[in-house]
Amino acid sequence: MEIAIVLGLPLLGALLLALTGHRDWAPELNATMSFATFFATTLLTVRVIGGGPMAAFEEQFFVDPFNVFLVALTAFVGFTTALFSRPYMRIEQDQGRVNAARLRLYHSMYQLFTFTMLLCLLSNNVGVMWVAMEGATLSTVLLVSLYRTPASLEAAWKYFILCSVGISQALFGVILLYFAAEKVLGPGGTSLLWTHLYVVRGQLEPTVLSLAFVFLLVGYGTKVGLVPLHNWLPDAHAEGPTPVSAVLSGLLLNVALYAVVRSKVLVDGALGRNFSGGLMMGFGLLSVVVAAFFLSRQRDIKRMFAYSSVEHMGIMTFAFGMGGPVAAFAGLLHMTVHSLTKSAIFFTVGHASQAAGTQNMDSIRGLIQTSPAIGWGLVLGSLAILGMPPFGVFTSEFMVLTTAMHEHSWATPFLLVALGVAFASIFGKVQPMVFGETSAQRLAHAPALVPVFVHLAIVLALGLYIPPYLVSWYRQAAALIG
Amino acid sequence: MGIPIFAQLVNVLAAFLLLLAFSMLSQRRVLTLIKLLAWQGAALAASTAIVAWSTGQTHLYYSALITVLLKVILIPWVLHRLIDRLFVRWDIETLINIPTTMLIGIGLVIFAFALATPISQMATTLTRSTLGIALASVLLSFLMMIVRQKAVPQVIGFLAMENGLFFAATSATYGMPLVVELGVALDVLVGTFIFGIFFFHIRERFDSLDIRHMEKLRED
Repeated sequence: MEIAIVLGLPLLGALLLALTGHRDWAPELNATMSFATFFATTLLTVRVIGGGPMAAFEEQFFVDPFNVFLVALTAFVGFTTALFSRPYMRIEQDQGRVNAARLRLYHSMYQLFTFTMLLCLLSNNVGVMWVAMEGATLSTVLLVSLYRTPASLEAAWKYFILCSVGISQALFGVILLYFAAEKVLGPGGTSLLWTHLYVVRGQLEPTVLSLAFVFLLVGYGTKVGLVPLHNWLPDAHAEGPTPVSAVLSGLLLNVALYAVVRSKVLVDGALGRNFSGGLMMGFGLLSVVVAAFFLSRQRDIKRMFAYSSVEHMGIMTFAFGMGGPVAAFAGLLHMTVHSLTKSAIFFTVGHASQAAGTQNMDSIRGLIQTSPAIGWGLVLGSLAILGMPPFGVFTSEFMVLTTAMHEHSWATPFLLVALGVAFASIFGKVQPMVFGETSAQRLAHAPALVPVFVHLAIVLALGLYIPPYLVSWYRQAAALIG
Repeated sequence: MGIPIFAQLVNVLAAFLLLLAFSMLSQRRVLTLIKLLAWQGAALAASTAIVAWSTGQTHLYYSALITVLLKVILIPWVLHRLIDRLFVRWDIETLINIPTTMLIGIGLVIFAFALATPISQMATTLTRSTLGIALASVLLSFLMMIVRQKAVPQVIGFLAMENGLFFAATSATYGMPLVVELGVALDVLVGTFIFGIFFFHIRERFDSLDIRHMEKLRED
């Protein structure tokens, strides 16, 4: 029942916002629907933490500690981003970059996007998960091109083509998975249900599954933004509206990684050796290193933080690839803190570039003078994302690094160098933007900075002290994917 | 003796599918490309229906019906309307010349068969030998998307790739569960409409559907 509410609310929101057209209260309605969704997910979370995993609607939907944690995170960041988007999109409208018709599209697609992500997370059917993932691409592609500038059209086209082609490879992986499962479970609807596949994972044909995993990793990996499949990601982040960049970075990449990890669990069971882990570690490490070196060459602020997302998705993929309770725990924690920190950064970046009238970092100066809250938010967010203690990113990166030293010591120098390079590039660029002289004006609408500091406070709190119930929750989830 | 004939029919259709994939690679006219795409959809629907009839898998009839409606009628019609409105009729320049593309295509087919042989030997379905062909047509469509520089042929390549994937699903497994097929069909349909919207936006901004104009965003 809770599942139906969680999925129904954003769908209802999308319908309402599409039917009523753009009204003055549309941003508020958007935020309210997102809040209602978030509230429903907390109820679902409480139920799952208390009562254990559950399935619903003829097992088509399934909730366990692993996905409920992502569901709650998705709904929370979806809600705070909706709060941020209220003043942000009003300023964009005042500046004439969007009109009422496009705002209508924006708000209803925002809700539809939330729906597809939640469907992808909650679905027990590997095929439906694929459909929802493609749905997430389709619902965001017109948001990336919302401004209809040549650059945004180019970015959206690239996003659409690359992700659709990538995800077609994943469909071939799903077909191969079904092919292997059908022999064990028999034809029909149940052989694509993840819970059923999980039970018989030891009997699935290893050759077929290893080939299936390659296709699934390449397919969903395109959406995770793993190097060398990451080309769409910086463009889509830089050219779309900032709330869209925040949810793409903070949520969609996580959801895609979730699909990879779910596939990995099945493949590991069938193969009995760490074939999938090796592939994920390789892709992860490559993403971390390549993204870190691209960071220093960026001029556009949103592009730079998009590369930082590639880097962090690489760290998570690497962590899940290593496997084991500690690395999986670190991966989950990193998913949480990265999406909170990165969306907070995008909130400040959005307002900063609105105030400066450009996304070019050379022209953004003296944020601390015009709006101290934005300036401090950006500094703290950057420090947090760069893994400075006492923020939560430090904790998870530290766990990944120590596990890597124990088990795959060859990888540690690469990770350390990449983190160092990332620090030098990002901090060196953020500092003059925040301090330094400026003549920029204040913003017309008061920026929404509560979400920024709420996110950063949670990340700080997670770095200082993780409450015991959260630890046991992460442990339960880590045990599922170990 | 009745059953092997069906299997042979499916094999013939599979060969037809591969042939169509190759002719799409070599075809320069957009209008003909759309016709070829419709033919590919028809071959796919026919083979799905044959598999449905010979195995008694009733859900495959629905799948065949959806394929006819969507891939033989609706999508080619939409594409036709689009190119009429946008006046895209001219010949297409390819990135690599056509003979070279064909040679690469032959290499891809060999690769696909090498990849699919161990798997198709495990299959119990009558039509297992077609898995290699399905994979080959997916890869050929992929190649087509890479070598074409105009937006419409790229989209046709994408749709041809979906055809290849559906063919893989029916030939290797007697089709995916209906809910999944419906979902995939919905995604393809919505995707085609979004592509259509895009064509107009791109045209409006760049005055051309040549995606060489869209190479501003890159790392320098």
